[in-house]
Amino acid sequence: MATEAEARKLVVSVSPHARGDETVGRIMWSVNLALLPAFIMSVYYFGPRAIYVTGLCILAAVLSEHIYQTSLKKPTTIGDGSAFLTGLLLGLNLPPSVPFYVPIVGSVVAIIITKLLFGGLGYNVFNPALIGRAFLLISFPKLMTIWFAPTAKFVAMDAMTTATPLGILKEEGIVKLMEIFGDKTDLYMSLLVGNRAGSLGETSVIALLIGAAFLFYRGYITWHVPVPFLATVGLMAWVFGGEGYFTGDPVIHLLSGGLMLGAFFMATDYVTCPSIRKGQIIFGIGCGVITMLIRLKGGFPEGVMFAILLMNCFSPLIDRSFKPKMFGAVKEQKA
Amino acid sequence: MSLKPKSNWELIKNGMFGENTIFRMAISLCPSIAVTNGMKNGMALGIAVMFVQTMVNATVSLMRKFIHPKIRIPIFMLIIAGYVTIIDMLMATYARPIYKEIGLYIQIIVAFASIFARAEVFANKNKLVPAICDGLGMGIGFLLAMLVISFFRELLGKGELFGYSIIAGNPLLIMVLPAGGFLAVGLLMGFFNWIDMRFFGGKGASGV
Repeated sequence: MATEAEARKLVVSVSPHARGDETVGRIMWSVNLALLPAFIMSVYYFGPRAIYVTGLCILAAVLSEHIYQTSLKKPTTIGDGSAFLTGLLLGLNLPPSVPFYVPIVGSVVAIIITKLLFGGLGYNVFNPALIGRAFLLISFPKLMTIWFAPTAKFVAMDAMTTATPLGILKEEGIVKLMEIFGDKTDLYMSLLVGNRAGSLGETSVIALLIGAAFLFYRGYITWHVPVPFLATVGLMAWVFGGEGYFTGDPVIHLLSGGLMLGAFFMATDYVTCPSIRKGQIIFGIGCGVITMLIRLKGGFPEGVMFAILLMNCFSPLIDRSFKPKMFGAVKEQKA
Repeated sequence: MSLKPKSNWELIKNGMFGENTIFRMAISLCPSIAVTNGMKNGMALGIAVMFVQTMVNATVSLMRKFIHPKIRIPIFMLIIAGYVTIIDMLMATYARPIYKEIGLYIQIIVAFASIFARAEVFANKNKLVPAICDGLGMGIGFLLAMLVISFFRELLGKGELFGYSIIAGNPLLIMVLPAGGFLAVGLLMGFFNWIDMRFFGGKGASGV
């Protein structure tokens, strides 16, 4: 019987032969889920505007990906959650005060220019959400730096503008910061729970840490990027942050700004960070150094976004220089 | 380069579209980013380049029998520098406000790859009339490219055209900054490649 003989033939195929049940979609939706606590805290502190801004971002991101791909007659990839994640991250990175067109412009730039024009998910050089935010910050410098004080009242419609802790630290110094928040413990507590002005999702460190713990537990992120990132920021804040050397306060720098959001959710992006462990450590240290350089010496109060984007450029170079040696290969002798 | 003789009109069209300096050959990109933050500046530089390109081509074509091949490059340089000095002085006298903004880029026309390339590749081997047509086509192509880029950059970045306010509201400030120049040139280059491939069966600028 020919059919039986055919059925008994050994089937030869290329690897992978055994597949796990992890898919791009599963990982992306897990990251979305991990950002849920931060989103809830942003709704708690900034009210309906948080839902409005984040929702617009997600809607614009998913729609622009769908429209771009269907108009080019390509299979649409909105189901894998990566466009949703880009929109969500961008939304959580915006100040609560922005008018409606800011999230839309940012999402379209993030999805179409940063991701799809480079070839789609897996081919983008830069983190799409961060490019979207950088584009907005440079395009609308005034709109993007109006911060609302947290109200913790869901119905409060009118908001009070104020400066972010890092902005105060940069402009007026640590004494002023202490005046506003009381003593050091109060300051640390406010920063930890997120009772401060800032971008929607970056304020609540506890909520972000819960999400990050979930990702660690599932094995989707490893310590290689975030820990060197945070350690470098802490070290540099301690050494250079104060009046003299070794007098700075690392805790303020660690808990404020977009550091936690950036270190756990954006620097760890699979596509744009190096894929070799040693390289990831270098990547994290580089992010930390650039962040503190901008925070302490640069023109902006916050530098996490530019730090991650700058290190994104170096990812291919880092990967190339840490390429493992082929098994059994002999180092070439220089003549 | 193709050696089939082309009609004069084909030469002009070639410079405008087929071998457009910026969008097809991707040379002289520096001014296309530096000067295109407003249509007025873009047009002024475009006209200056068109003048220099045409006159250089004409002069090189007339002198091609007398230029010794071994020293042709310094001679081309001198010819280009002569015309650039003329346009520089003319603009300094009659278009003072614009000259104050883009004067440096007028002087730097001397170093434009596109002008030098056409003198070497085309004018040095062809008669006067084709050389003039080629120079004119290249110049118009450069002018058109500058106008298109600066149209989008000024409109999106300032909400203005030729300095007149068109749209109110918050413009995309990034478009008048250097980063926006790269974005505009890249996206427009991609767009023209797409048109070429979709409607004219071309292979795109990188497929030459």
